[in-house]
Amino acid sequence: MLIEMAPLAKADAVPVMPAYKKAGKAQSRSTGADKVSAEATTKRMAWVTQVAAVRDDQDKTAFAELFAYFAPRVKSFLMKSGASPDLAEEVAQEVMVTLWNKAHLFDPSKASVSTWIFTIARNRRIDLLRKQKRPEPEDLPWGPEAEPEQADAMGLQQETEQLGHALAALPMEQRKLIERAYFGELSHSEIAAETGLPLGTIKSRIRLALERLRHTMK
Amino acid sequence: MEMKQIKHHLTESLLLAYSAGTLPEAFNLVVATHISMCDTCRAAAGSYDAVGGEVMLEGAPEEMAENALAATMARIMRADPVDRTPPVRVANAVFPAPLRDYVNGDLGDVKWRKVGGGVSQMVLKTSDDASVRLLRIPAGTAVPDHGHRGLELTLVLQGAFVDETDRFAAGDIEVANEDLNHTPVAEAGADCICLAATDAPLRFNGFMPRLAQRFMGI
Repeated sequence: MLIEMAPLAKADAVPVMPAYKKAGKAQSRSTGADKVSAEATTKRMAWVTQVAAVRDDQDKTAFAELFAYFAPRVKSFLMKSGASPDLAEEVAQEVMVTLWNKAHLFDPSKASVSTWIFTIARNRRIDLLRKQKRPEPEDLPWGPEAEPEQADAMGLQQETEQLGHALAALPMEQRKLIERAYFGELSHSEIAAETGLPLGTIKSRIRLALERLRHTMK
Repeated sequence: MEMKQIKHHLTESLLLAYSAGTLPEAFNLVVATHISMCDTCRAAAGSYDAVGGEVMLEGAPEEMAENALAATMARIMRADPVDRTPPVRVANAVFPAPLRDYVNGDLGDVKWRKVGGGVSQMVLKTSDDASVRLLRIPAGTAVPDHGHRGLELTLVLQGAFVDETDRFAAGDIEVANEDLNHTPVAEAGADCICLAATDAPLRFNGFMPRLAQRFMGI
C-alpha cells in the first residue's frame, strides 16, 4: 500500500525547505504565486516540537511559549464568536489546559498546532455558547509504529501555511464570508458550496497520512 | 471501523458547517458517524479545520489577564494526572463510536419501536433544533413517498436502499433538500439500517402516509 501511494506523495510534494534539505530528502516543485516562507514553516515546526515537549517532559517553558502565542488568539476568536471578554478569558485558559492534557493525541502529520487548538476552542464554544454536545468521529487508534515521519509532519505544516496565505489572498468579501462562517454567524444554508479555497492538496496530504496510519494498524 | 467503498459523501457546505461548529447536534451526529466510516471525508473535514485554525490566527490577539499563565498552570497542577490509555476498540461493532454513545450500545441494543409498514425507529435524544433517528426498513420495503421542507441527511449503516436518484449502501450518505421527492426502497437481502436527521418535519404525499406521519412523529 505504501508503495502504491508513493507516486501520489511525490506528485504532491512540497516546496523545498531548509530542514528538508538537511534531512537529505529534498524535492522541489515550483509553486509560483503561493510560495511559502521558510521562516513561517519553521515556526510551525517549532510549535510541533513544543507540543511534543509538553507531552514527553511536561515542559513548562515550552507550554509558556505556546500559551503566549495561542491563548490571546483563542481569546480573540472566542470574542468574535460572541463570548464576553471574561468568558473568552476563562475558556482560553481551559483550552490551554486541554492542550496540556491531550498533547499525546496531537498528530502533526494530520494537523498543524493552530488547527488542533482551533478544534479544541470550537468544541468548548459549542459546549458553552450553544449548550450542545458535539459528537466527534471515532478516534483512529495509534499503533506502536504510528509515530509520524518528520517529513510528513513538515509537509502538512507547509500545506497549512500555504492555506493561510491563500485565505489572506482571497477577495475581501469572500474572506469575510468564510470568517463569518467560522465565527458561527452563518447557518448551513447560508454557507455557499464554493469557498474558493484551494483545499485539494492539504486534503490529499491528510488522506495520505490516514492511509499510512491504517496501514500500520493492520 | 472497517473502511467501506463509499460513493456518496458529505457536501462541502456540510463539511464547512461541521468544522465551524454551527450545525444542529442531530446533523453533527450524522456527520461524525459518516466521517468515522469515510477517510475521504475525514481528510476533507481536517482541511476545513485547518481553515478554521488560520481564521483564528488572522485576528488581532486579545491580551490575556496578567496572571493568566500562572492561573492556567495552577489548574493543570490541581487536576488529576492524565489517563493516556488509548480508547478501547470495540471489535466488529456495526455502529461507529459517536453513534454508540447516543444508542448506549451497538445495533443489538437499539430499542426499536414499530411505526407502521414494517418500519421501526428509535429517536435519539439531541438538542431540539433538529431531530435524528435510527430507521430499520425490512428488505424489499418502501418508505412512503415524501418530500422535505428542510434538510434531511440519511446515512446507511447496514444493507442498502435505492431511490429515484441512486443506490445507497453502507457508509453512503444522501443529502436531500426541498427539491427532492423520493421513495427509498430497501434492497432485498439484509434489513436496511439508516441514521436519518432532519431540521423540519417530513411531508408525506397522500392521506395514509400523513396518518403514518403522526404515529412516526416525523
